[in-house]
Amino acid sequence: MRVESIRLLIETKAVRNRILQQVYRRIHYGDTVFWLITLVFALVVVGMIGAILFVTLYGSAMAREQFGWGFLTNPRWYHEQDGVPIYGAWPAVYGTLASSTIAVLLAGPIGIGSGVFLAELCPPWLRMPLSVLIELLAAIPSVIFGLWGVLVLAPLFERHIAIPVSRTIGTTVPLLEGPVSKGGVMIAGMVLALMILPTIAAITRDVVAVVPNSQRELLFSLGATRWQVIWLAVLPYAFAGVIGGVMLGLGRALGETMAAVMLIGNRTTVSLSLFASGTTSAALIATQLPNREDALHESALIYLALILFAITFTVNALARLLVWRIAASTR
Amino acid sequence: MVSVVSVMNGEQPAKQPAAAPVGHARGHSLTVRNLVPFYGKRQAVRPVNLDIPPCQITAIIGPSGCGKSTMLRCLNRMHEMVAQARVEGTVWLDHEDIYAAGVDPRLVRRKIGMVFQHPAVLHTRSIYENVAIGPRMSGITRRRELDDLVEHSLHQAALWHEVQDRLKHPARMLSGGQQQRLSIARTLAIAPDVILFDEPCAALDPIATSKIEELLVALRSDYTLVIVTHNLQQAVRISDRTAVFMIDRDAKDYIGSLVEVNDTAEVFSNPQDPRTQDYISGRVG
Repeated sequence: MRVESIRLLIETKAVRNRILQQVYRRIHYGDTVFWLITLVFALVVVGMIGAILFVTLYGSAMAREQFGWGFLTNPRWYHEQDGVPIYGAWPAVYGTLASSTIAVLLAGPIGIGSGVFLAELCPPWLRMPLSVLIELLAAIPSVIFGLWGVLVLAPLFERHIAIPVSRTIGTTVPLLEGPVSKGGVMIAGMVLALMILPTIAAITRDVVAVVPNSQRELLFSLGATRWQVIWLAVLPYAFAGVIGGVMLGLGRALGETMAAVMLIGNRTTVSLSLFASGTTSAALIATQLPNREDALHESALIYLALILFAITFTVNALARLLVWRIAASTR
Repeated sequence: MVSVVSVMNGEQPAKQPAAAPVGHARGHSLTVRNLVPFYGKRQAVRPVNLDIPPCQITAIIGPSGCGKSTMLRCLNRMHEMVAQARVEGTVWLDHEDIYAAGVDPRLVRRKIGMVFQHPAVLHTRSIYENVAIGPRMSGITRRRELDDLVEHSLHQAALWHEVQDRLKHPARMLSGGQQQRLSIARTLAIAPDVILFDEPCAALDPIATSKIEELLVALRSDYTLVIVTHNLQQAVRISDRTAVFMIDRDAKDYIGSLVEVNDTAEVFSNPQDPRTQDYISGRVG
């Protein structure tokens, strides 16, 4: 009887050890497999970037060879010289930079302000509905923003702002001079601002919400006002995240196509005035690529795409550098 | 020293007249009368009556959840910063009722400074700016004046010799103990009358703790200090008076109450309340 029970004990122990070993092995293999799967996914991302870079470089080879760096500064998208077609990117690059700058200048302060309001100052009963509304704004398709811009904002803007301003300030400031056209860089920038506003607001709200409470209490205990707490403790702490949100918005503005096509007027020469129509890189590529006439035209459009790629890359790199430098000087 | 033991328990009549207390020749006193902190509808502590004498260290001890930190935060109107929180009763700073209508809580907080449990520094700012931020907010902008204030406060907090060469360095590079002394320097820079400490050594090692304790004892001659601590030995080592809080669990709710307040030596050698006896002998808590 006793021997029997000991034998049973040993057997159960052996069985248990075997099961445990299997479990360990499975966990071990599981880790390796999981590591491999995630590695493959990560490599897919890197591969995509490589593929896009290859296509734009390869596809633009002809145009790059023909126009070189002059492509970037040529103030006309298309003209012929002695019967030879010449393309230039400056109208598109200027339109892209100008409309995105306007968008960030408008949406940055408003978005940061509303994000801070949501996280710090908003009464609790209002927080939820307001957050949902802002996120809903981000979910509206850009073509609907464009539609609203064309039908509602553009006429109002033209009548009440653009024309009066161009007749007064515009007579001395070339950036605001007339004549005012139906669509333009300014109005496109304003609609882009609306589109990137929810991104900036939502990210600001989230990064402000995770600032440790100790930072706020510390200032409150010194007799700070709520404004001082936000300005001196909360925003500096959340700075990198806020800049990240603005940059995400800027990235969207730089690449936004549909709203730009609908609002900017699609004129392929440069005018300094923000009330004049123009084009952006994305808008130009989207409108012309389906109707490309020959290999050189296609190559020039791809060259433009490469430049847009470089612009977004540079903007992101500069933002990162800024965040690093500020982080290094304060931490 | 005659100890005014004003203990409010459930059995005693609820209200005492909130008369203005007698002032002191040197230093500043706090007088707590029928103070009841609430979180929403929940009453956190039974009415507290407590006299905090000037230029002494008053320790507040008791088990976790007995409301001692909540009580402390009522003394400089920090409690009301928590959502839904409110306070009944009054606290007098000398002859001034800090809960009187029309009193600006921000001015109260400048007179009654506070140091927190977790060494809290402004992460994005330098050592210098961490000390200067209080004076800056009260409108001092002249560089010389700020320099002097910062140096003086750091001296007072026994930190000057460790940081004088690197005032521009980020404050978060300091060790935990140094950060806590920096917090004290920051509080000293706004020249408060009273300083409240909410478990200032809870996150520190013994050496850093003993430095803070030395510092508190040195500050006692000029400031009125109140310290909440979990460390009974600490209360014995540095405090002049001790207030003991306990948790009552009658009805359905848990509620904190002040069970005993006396000279520290008395509380630990001859406790009047059986619960204090149990707590300091390690039977509960």
